Amino acid sequence: MTHASESSTPATKTPESFWEIVGRWSMSVDHKKLGMMYVGAGLIFFLVGGLEAAFMRLQLAQANLKIIDPETFNQLFTMHGTTMVFLVGMPILLGFGNYLLPLMVGARDMAFPRLNAFGFWLFIFGGLLLYFSYIGSQGLYGAPSAPDVGWFAYAPLTDRTFSRGNSTDYWILGILVSGFGSMTTAINFIGTILCMRCPGMTLMRMPIMAWMMLVVAALVLVAIPVLTGAQIMLLLDRSFGAHFFDPETTGSAVLWQHLFWFFGHPEVYILILPAFGFVSEILPTFSRKVLFGYPLMVAATVSIGFISLGVWAHHMFVVGLGPVLNSFFGAMTFLISVPTGIKIFNWIATMWGGRLRFATPMLFATGFIAMFVIGGLTGIMLATVPLDWQLSDSYFVVGHFHYVLFGGTVFGIFGALFYWFPKATGKMLSERLGKWTFWLLFIGFTMTFMPMHVSGVLGMPRRIYTYEADRGWEIWNLITTLGVPVQMAGVAIFLWNVVKSLRSGENAGNNPWDAWTLEWSTTSPPPEWNFDRIPTVTSARPLWDSAHPEDPDAHYE
Amino acid sequence: MGRGYSLTERTGAEARPRKNHLHRYTSSHAPNVIPTSGARESSSTVSSVRRLRCASQLQRYTLLGVLCFGAITSIGVSTAAAEVPQSQASRSLEVCDPSVIPISGSGVTSILESNSAPAREVRSLGYLVVAICAGIFVVVQTFLVLAIVRGVRAARVANASAGSGAEPVQVFGSLPIEVAWTVIPFIIVFVLTMVTIRTIRDIDLTKPPEGALTVTTIGHQWWWEFRYTAADGSTVITANEMHIPAGRPIWVELKSADVIHSFWVPRLAGKLDVIPGKTNALWIEADVPGIYLGQCAEYCGTQHAHMLLRVYAEEPAQFDAWLAAQAAPAVEDATVTVGRDTFTAFSCFNCHAIAGTSEGLFGPNLTHLASRDTIGSGSIPLTRSNLVQWILDPNTLKPGCNMPSLKLEPAQVESIVDYLMTLK
Amino acid sequence: MRTMSKFKPTLSRAKVGMASLIFMESALFSAFLVTYLYYIGKSPTGPQPMDCLELGLVTINSICLFASSATVVFAVRALSRGSLKGFQVWMLLTILLGLEFLIGTGLEWKKLIEVQGLTIDSNVFGTTFYTLVGFHAFHVIVGLVLLTGTFMLALCGCIKPERDTERVEIATWYWHFVDVVWIIVFTLVYFVGKVPQEALS
Ligand code: HEA
Ligand code: HEA
Ligand code: HEC
Ligand code: CUA
Ligand SMILES: [Cu+2]
Repeated sequence: MTHASESSTPATKTPESFWEIVGRWSMSVDHKKLGMMYVGAGLIFFLVGGLEAAFMRLQLAQANLKIIDPETFNQLFTMHGTTMVFLVGMPILLGFGNYLLPLMVGARDMAFPRLNAFGFWLFIFGGLLLYFSYIGSQGLYGAPSAPDVGWFAYAPLTDRTFSRGNSTDYWILGILVSGFGSMTTAINFIGTILCMRCPGMTLMRMPIMAWMMLVVAALVLVAIPVLTGAQIMLLLDRSFGAHFFDPETTGSAVLWQHLFWFFGHPEVYILILPAFGFVSEILPTFSRKVLFGYPLMVAATVSIGFISLGVWAHHMFVVGLGPVLNSFFGAMTFLISVPTGIKIFNWIATMWGGRLRFATPMLFATGFIAMFVIGGLTGIMLATVPLDWQLSDSYFVVGHFHYVLFGGTVFGIFGALFYWFPKATGKMLSERLGKWTFWLLFIGFTMTFMPMHVSGVLGMPRRIYTYEADRGWEIWNLITTLGVPVQMAGVAIFLWNVVKSLRSGENAGNNPWDAWTLEWSTTSPPPEWNFDRIPTVTSARPLWDSAHPEDPDAHYE
Repeated sequence: MGRGYSLTERTGAEARPRKNHLHRYTSSHAPNVIPTSGARESSSTVSSVRRLRCASQLQRYTLLGVLCFGAITSIGVSTAAAEVPQSQASRSLEVCDPSVIPISGSGVTSILESNSAPAREVRSLGYLVVAICAGIFVVVQTFLVLAIVRGVRAARVANASAGSGAEPVQVFGSLPIEVAWTVIPFIIVFVLTMVTIRTIRDIDLTKPPEGALTVTTIGHQWWWEFRYTAADGSTVITANEMHIPAGRPIWVELKSADVIHSFWVPRLAGKLDVIPGKTNALWIEADVPGIYLGQCAEYCGTQHAHMLLRVYAEEPAQFDAWLAAQAAPAVEDATVTVGRDTFTAFSCFNCHAIAGTSEGLFGPNLTHLASRDTIGSGSIPLTRSNLVQWILDPNTLKPGCNMPSLKLEPAQVESIVDYLMTLK
Repeated sequence: MRTMSKFKPTLSRAKVGMASLIFMESALFSAFLVTYLYYIGKSPTGPQPMDCLELGLVTINSICLFASSATVVFAVRALSRGSLKGFQVWMLLTILLGLEFLIGTGLEWKKLIEVQGLTIDSNVFGTTFYTLVGFHAFHVIVGLVLLTGTFMLALCGCIKPERDTERVEIATWYWHFVDVVWIIVFTLVYFVGKVPQEALS
């Protein structure tokens, strides 16, 4: 198999040298190459962020350990959170959007291919800048070498007075730069979705994922600039003596929180909506059914987008905003469970009465539903304002957001990786190894993050580098830590699976899963121009229509 | 056929070969041409039943779900209603017994072990919300599991039968079902909002409760300062260990000297941030005497982990005695003048106040240091040897803390400690 | 089959792209505007808006900027009529008006710094004032670069009226946006923000 392909290549053209390949990829403006580079870079950062988490867990395995000193620990969680949110979640999700959107809407490329490449390189540059802080930021004696202010960098801890040296400046600039990358990508998404659809593809005939990406793009354009603005202010504070967030001179520490969370909350929906999109594509395929309630799904997505702009202060219930604001933001936060619930129910209804085939993508998709519901419900507990006064900034919150971010976003990403890998590479991933990955991740994830809820209820605050013995926290922390190697094994098997499949995977063919959206109508991997002939569609499931000409979806619109 | 579609009809009517290996469309297809279904013949009977806008079965199950939700919500609400008078009752029941508050072991900082009215109210609200969420969880996961089990079974049946190539019924949606699962969550959300607002009103007080004692609490990187007004009107300053009378409401005024901290003693109340440039206030009310543990809950820099809190709730008489003792000047013991001179000879006095000796404000007030149980913000027991170690080099005990090692001779340290240990 | 099956999206990419960019920029400005609003009257010490901000120069600047929005419309009209000359003239005028605005702002700042002693670290008023107005001025610069580029292209004859009118028009959207933002900034800073200190305390 491998031999055959290896020996056949030289016959057709001379092999490229390593640098030629690097050149071809790095100069590329092809949305598929960029998409894959996004995902690849994101996965590398995932390993980095995961290893940072592993070190944190090592230090927290038992009470009063001295494996890692406090400064390093604080850098670890800052870098872990920042990496996972900005350098893992965003690029991988946007990368999938990059790869898939033109294929899904039947276009030859994104609306602005060069802008697309620019955005990607901004992201890479921002990420490297952030990590360069480890080398470059030691200015003063005793100043930290990497940012240690937490991923939401609350003022005034970020002021020059409390954060000496340049590490915080690296945090600002790294995120600022990669933020511009995300914004260009969002503009591209909107342009592609609104202008590049193939003939016949009305908005309501788009694959549902395109809708989710559209809302994500809009959220990026509303939310990220606010963070950028706040970061510019912080930069001015730190470098030019401005007083935005400096309480000594009537600046306000709370203003930073408002600005940050006005970005931060939509951000978490930016991190989950694409995953919702993946699941909404995977479930119908493996249930052999059309997505239940497409229009309601669209409505739910759009309303999540709107509501998510009005809930940010639920991260600030312990700031002392007063009963009125607290009640308002609590109510708004509850409200968001309605459209989210609609999605959950629609997915279950999609599976209902279907013929399920549990290939790996489907495992991750159903795992996603089960775990996300838990994370969502713990979110509801946090939205209960008085309860949040107890739970906020405790490990319960850490448990909540890993359930939604890992059980949600990362499960979604793995589902998508298994689902679209054959399309992108033309090779199947091993199902056997895939199942190992799923179960190891599932078990490891539960071991790691479930006990966090307990330690949170037992009063353990987050972001502490060590804790007192004899508060009942040890056993839960130990279990948490023990989950990490299990997750590592899952991730390692996945990596091995990729390597193995690239070397000797089964050929995928155009449409290995027998799916119905346009990307499966072209070859795997698709040619640079995606489609020889721009397709025309008459419904949201063009491949169903061509497979069932006697009974096309268009009859039921 | 119409709308009454059932499982048996499906397996009977559809006859199409099913290829369930992965290579459905192989490369023999011309690239980029949407594959046509030449190979997949179909029967018109299938299509006539395929498009049921609404599966009646699904409707029945949704109804079931709706009923479950309803039941859960009403059970939840009634438990909550029952919980409130109960919690008020328990307040008078728990007689003052110092032994009920452990300072070690599981649950010392648990939010479920409430010993104060606000904490208790949060707890009962918590139980209600957890009950509702648990109900939702059970319903949703049950449906998920049911869908999986049925779906896998259907796939197996279809695989086994000859006509396995056909697709199952395609259900595009159903208005009544979709309306149902939009409206029901709305109702739950409404209930949740109402109970939340009620509890906020009860405990998020904007002015001190009647008869409250005000304790001003100032967060520093990484220790706590407490200020009381003594009987004679003078200000009493102490650090890290907060004393309060049990059974009396306390109004904790929160201020910060540097960055944001958060005051959290789980058994007494939820947390509230300590923000520079903003004064917050929190209501606590310990039912029973005892030591309540807590710690700073907002990340505030290197030693955030060691910014612990200890609240000593005492019988009112005992508390008054403590306050009077704290208000008294530091002991003037003639045997330790050497230590006092060493203390003032070095820069200790720049940072530490000892009434009558020094006035530094940067570090904890040491006037009655020896009356405390701990140093380093509750993280180190106050013993002679720990104190020596601390003054020699605080960084070994609390790495990164804001007190420098003054590089004193051991003898000098010993004499300072002699002095400090007399500051009862 | 149905009419919808003949559907073809007709939105222009350039329009959607520019609209998205402007949407994003609005969000960015909102952050600064809200911050300005938040800090109005919160500077107990240092120079106060009442004492420093004068309407004289800034009114002239504003008129120039608003006028430039009109001239740029005339420029596009000229282009759509096919008159490259007219386009060049109006464009040049637009650029000059924009430059006047920048120079005017510079002069105002010079006076504020040298006479009134207001700098970015005087107080939160100074901080928010220079940031907001400076950030807007930065956008004027970006807009000017865009316009100057177009003007240069027109000079060297690279712009074909029939082919490029739409593109040029879309580019001028940005200029209009910068203008609209100035209306808000101007109102906020020179009217809303000039409440006397005692009225707030
Ligand atoms: C993918 C990311 C993601 C998602 C999707 C969510 C979703 C939600 N989050 Fe979460 N959240 C985070 C990521 C996310 N969160 C992060 C990262 C933080 C911490 C940041 C930090 O401090 O570092 C955080 C913190 C956080 C807080 C602040 C805690 C604190 O610091 O004090 C709160 C409080 O309200 C909250 C609430 C919610 C709610 C109500 C939802 C809802 O959207 C959930 C909705 C879903 C459901 C409810 C389940 C399905 C619905 C049904 C089955 C219908 C029926 C249900 C009902 C009617 C209730 N989250
Ligand atoms: C998408 C987001 C995401 C993801 C996936 C994760 C994944 C994980 N997180 Fe993360 N976490 C956050 C987002 C995320 N986290 C955020 C936003 C914060 C808040 C930060 C802050 O407070 O500022 C946080 C905080 C946080 C804390 C709290 C720190 C504190 O408050 O003190 C902890 C503690 O246990 C933790 C643990 C973990 C663990 C064990 C994983 C694991 O799931 C990781 C598993 C992955 C791996 C272990 C990598 C696999 C590696 C290998 C297989 C090795 C092979 C290596 C090579 C080939 C080189 N996280
Ligand atoms: C630069 C300021 C500074 C100087 C000088 C200084 N200290 Fe401290 N000291 C602190 C700070 C800050 C703390 C609180 C540390 C913490 O808990 O994080 C502290 C804590 C202490 C404590 C523990 C108090 C408690 O209740 O936790 C003692 C005792 C103490 N200092 C004694 C001394 C002595 C003796 C000297 C002189 C030899 C001295 N300090 C010099 C700043 C200083
Ligand atoms: Cu103080 Cu954390
Ligand atoms: Cu949020």
